[in-house]
Order: sequence, then C-alpha cells, then structure tokens
Amino acid sequence: MSHPKEWYFGEYGGRFVPETLMPALEELDAAYRRYAGDPDFNRELTELYREYSGRPTPLYYAERFSKELGKGRVYLKREDLNHTGAHKINNTLGQILLAKRMGKKRIVAETGAGQHGVATATVAAKFGMECVIYMGEVDMARQALNVFRMKLLGAEVRPVTSGSRTLKDAGNEALRDWVAHVDDTYFLFGSVAGPHPYPVIVRDFQSIIGKETKEQILAKAGKLPDYVVACVGGGSNAMGIFHPFIHDREVRLIGVEAAGRGLATGEHAASLGMGKPGIFQGAKSYLLMDDDGQIKEAYSISAGLDYPGVGPEHSWLKDSGRAVYQSVTDEEALEAFKYLSLTEGIIPALESAHAVAAGMKIASGLKEGQICVINISGRGDKDIFTVAKETGVSL
Amino acid sequence: MNRIAECFELKRQKGQKALIPYMMGGYPTLPDSAAALEILAEAGADLIEVGVPFSDPLADGPVIQAAGQQALANGCTLDRLMKELGPVVKGLPVPAVMMVYYNIIYQRGIRRFVEEIRDNGFAGLIVPDLPPEEAEELQKAGLECGIGLSFLVAPTSTPQRIATASRCSTGFIYAVSLKGVTGARDHLPPDLPEFLQRIRSQSDKPVAVGFGIAQPWQGQTVAQMADGIIVGSAVIQRMAGENGLKEAGMFLREMRQAIDR
Repeated sequence: MSHPKEWYFGEYGGRFVPETLMPALEELDAAYRRYAGDPDFNRELTELYREYSGRPTPLYYAERFSKELGKGRVYLKREDLNHTGAHKINNTLGQILLAKRMGKKRIVAETGAGQHGVATATVAAKFGMECVIYMGEVDMARQALNVFRMKLLGAEVRPVTSGSRTLKDAGNEALRDWVAHVDDTYFLFGSVAGPHPYPVIVRDFQSIIGKETKEQILAKAGKLPDYVVACVGGGSNAMGIFHPFIHDREVRLIGVEAAGRGLATGEHAASLGMGKPGIFQGAKSYLLMDDDGQIKEAYSISAGLDYPGVGPEHSWLKDSGRAVYQSVTDEEALEAFKYLSLTEGIIPALESAHAVAAGMKIASGLKEGQICVINISGRGDKDIFTVAKETGVSL
Repeated sequence: MNRIAECFELKRQKGQKALIPYMMGGYPTLPDSAAALEILAEAGADLIEVGVPFSDPLADGPVIQAAGQQALANGCTLDRLMKELGPVVKGLPVPAVMMVYYNIIYQRGIRRFVEEIRDNGFAGLIVPDLPPEEAEELQKAGLECGIGLSFLVAPTSTPQRIATASRCSTGFIYAVSLKGVTGARDHLPPDLPEFLQRIRSQSDKPVAVGFGIAQPWQGQTVAQMADGIIVGSAVIQRMAGENGLKEAGMFLREMRQAIDR
C-alpha cells in the first residue's frame, strides 16, 4: 500500500506512528482541513493574536547593529515581544482553538527549554483545559524557572527519565501518553516535525511571522529582503518566517543550526548539516544517529536547539537548495548574544542568538541598499543563568 | 504457505492457541538472549518474537524500554545480534519473528535488511511504527524473500483500516489489546471481545493479541477469543534476576498450561 502525496515534502515527512494513533491523526487532519479556511476560526485566532499575544510584532530596524557591521540594513522580527516571550504561542493559540473545536478536554505536550511548555500551559489555562507537560529530567534542572512558570499556570509537569532525559525523550513520552488517552486528549506538538499533519499545521500557524514580515518590509523599505535568517532546532520559527517567501526566489533563506562545541567534536545539534535521512518521531527527515539508526543525543548550549531531528520541510528545502543551512557554535552564539544586547538593548534567547551570529556575518558583507531580516524568535531572560555560568559570573 | 501461517494452521488443527513470548535481543546480555530463545521454545512457545533494541521505542512501556536501553548499553549492535542469535534461530523447532522499529530497517537498506534476517533464520517481521500506508517497499521485499509481515490493529482502528492491515499481513494480524504502550496490566480491557469481533468481521487471518497480557488468567481468557497471545513485558521482567532465564521459562510454562486448559 502506498502513502498519500500530501503527507510528504518531496521524499520527507510521512506518518510513522503506532497504529493506535493513525485514526487520531486522520481525525486531526480532517479537523484542520475543516477549520483552516473557516472564517470564524480565523477571526478568533486573529483576535487572540492581537489582543492576547500582542501581534503584530514589530519589524525593527537595528540601526546601530547595521551600521557597525556593514553597509546594509538589518531588521529584527521581534517575536520575543510576544506574550510568553517567544514565537511558540503563535502555534499553541492556533492548536488550542483546534483542540476546543474537536471537543478535546485534555492537552499533552513535550518541551525542551520549556518555552513550548509555557506557551502550552498558558493557552490551556486561558481555555480551562487540563494540561500535562512532559519534560526531560535534565532539562527540568537546566530550566527550573520555566518549570515553575508552567506550574503557576496550572499545568502538571511530568519528569521524563527515559533515554537521554531531554527533548526527544519528552516527545516520546508525550506520544505514549497520547496513545493511552487518545479519545479525550489533544497532543499539542510544538515544532514543524512529527507525523503528518503536524509539520503542516505548525508551519501554517507560525507563518504569521513571515506574512507580517513581508508586509512590514514592503511598507518600510519598499522591497523584499535579500536575506531572511532564523535558527533551526525542530525548525518552527524558521519555517514560519521562510514559508511566505518560498516563491520569492530572490530572497535568500538561511537556517542556522547549533554547532555546539564544534561540528568536529560530535557535540552539536546540526541534523541538516551533519545528519542523514531517517525515521524519527513519526516522520522521515534528516537526523543524528549512529550506523544502526540509533538516535544520538544532540548538544547545544541552547536547550531549544538541542534536538537530533528537524522538520521534514527543512530537509526538503535543504535538498532542493531553496534554503541554505549553516551552523553556529556555542561560543559564536554567546558573542552574538552579548553583541545584540550591547548594540541594540535587546537580549535575545540563546536559540535566536544563533540566528544573530549568522546575521552578523551576513551584515558585514551587505552592500548598500541590501536588507537582512533576522528572526528574534524569543527573549533571553530565561538564559541569563546559563550565560552567567558560561562567562564565569555567579549570580 | 509461510512458516508463520503453517504454525497457526497446525495449532488450529490441534484445537490449540499459539503462545508467543517476546524477548529482547541483547537482554539481559547477548549470550543470555541466545540461550533464552531455546529456553522459551522448550517452555512451550509456538512462535518467538525477538525485539531489536532501539533508542526511541515509541510503542513500548517502561519494562521493554529499560531492557532495550540495557541491551544498547551492553553494546548490542544489529550485526552482533544477528551473529549471536542467527545460528540459534536457525536451529529452533519453532519460527521466530523480529520486532523492530523502522529506522533500523531503513538505515540498513530495506531489501538488505529483509535478506539478512531471512539468512539468519527469521520467518517474519513486525514493525510497530510502520502503518500499511508507509510499507510498500517493505511488503515487496518481504514477499520476494519469503518474510512474513504482521501489521498491527488497535482498538481505535476503523473497519477499513482493519481490512487493510489484514490484507497486507502475511502470517498473522497483531491485535493491540488496549490504547497504550506495552506493559503488564492487572485487568483486561472490557471492550476486548467486541474489538476482536470487529477484527473477525474484516479478516480471516489468524489474530494474535498482545499488550497488557501478564498473568495466566489473562492469557487463558484472551486465548479463548483469539488464535494466539503475545506476552512481552511479563517475560522480560522475569529475566532480570539471577536465575532470570529459568524463571522466564517457568512463567511461560504456567502460561502454556493456562491457555491449553
């Protein structure tokens, strides 16, 4: 038997899950098809984006940053100014409306750094739904602040002790929970990965970032950007800002993965740069693994990029050459973190600092009149302790 | 008729049900897992399911997860597993099927993987994260190499999906008794008889039921409704201790007696 074409981006994507979940994914797919074009659904979502999350987020001309580095103009898409401090809420607001319309009572989600967990707990609180967040034990220790935020928001945070006790294991555990409670539970997946239709749903909800960016840059500069730069873990903020530009061939799309301690050390999270295609958490995509196909632990200073897989649409964009993927080390990301803080007074998330680091290199080569947009996917408050520790400061 | 279908046919003629224990390759150690094959066969297994350890086993509960992690920590690679278990599998009086997550097959190369397990004496394959829609290439390789494929059906499966899984399965259909992951439960799902009825109305292939069958009374009850029962976590659990293999064998004997009663 063969799969439907719409499950795939080229040869990537698909639906590799236990049978128990197949009907649930079909149900989700049908619900999404029904509501994606529904005027009431979209009106409600647009209003939530505006009144609850504070959209549209600004596209800010980073003048000092631009002028110190080169001749062009660098704009920052300020997703860090969203409610909860990151782009994650664009997706959780959309999916909770879907869950509500599907009559689900309970939300489960996975989280790595805790940003998606917080964004999920937030919308579950707002809509009065029971919420269980799975988080690796290792990540819970690294991101204690976000664990407490989730609890304040009424979510139950369940520590995951299996495997590497990080994001990938939290994802497995959330999927196992969904298998066991598939009738009343909605699995609110946080990235453009996972089985079809999640890569499509999450990308569509996140593409508000790119749609706004396009309108804003045309209004401000009268032209499309020459470069759009975003960090890639699972890849949701990047997919969100890339997607509306995919058919604008003159816009170069640059995805930035975490090179961790250096690609040569093996301690990194560069699935696209260093991985091979394989099957992981429901989809075929590039991933980090050994020769047998055992999934490897990823490493990055930023817990949000610390994922051995990547969304299948990114794999497709990589192979087709439409997007180009680079990587940035911990050290370069820390430099960029400080540089943006000092030149613009904006403290980015460590994840976003990877995009900033790549953006700095691009900015220094820009010609007059050229434009680079960097997606600041989240704010850096959550990373203050990590950065202090890395730079030898005790708080 | 392949060896799996033959095995079920033989049981049917005798008026008995198939007992299918699950064990993990490389657990508790690689040599022990080779010995376990023979012990389980002697204890009354009709078919043995051999798990391949995987780093991210989505369909498995804590017991099988931990066994897989230990096997991997012991250095159980696919090559070592085939090398150690292959000769034993070939000499077994009963067929063995491999339970393996799809990425391991995909990385080896689908055709090559199927040829290798055939050459190592395995009769079939169960891939818990591969629905029929994604299985075209594996089905083709299985048919060409004479390796049986068992697809899973779950209580959530629609009649149409059950019919598809049945059509694509060569050997038996694997009925997942409950909504959830593998692991012992102290009760049986109340809707199991109705679920098995639904399968029977869509399929004339043998049906083996797994997930959550841990105690002899559960095995006995389920065996009355199905063609076979699969016991996994309860077997693995018993292998952990000092005389683990012996205890696993004794447990399987009890299960055998219960389902033959």
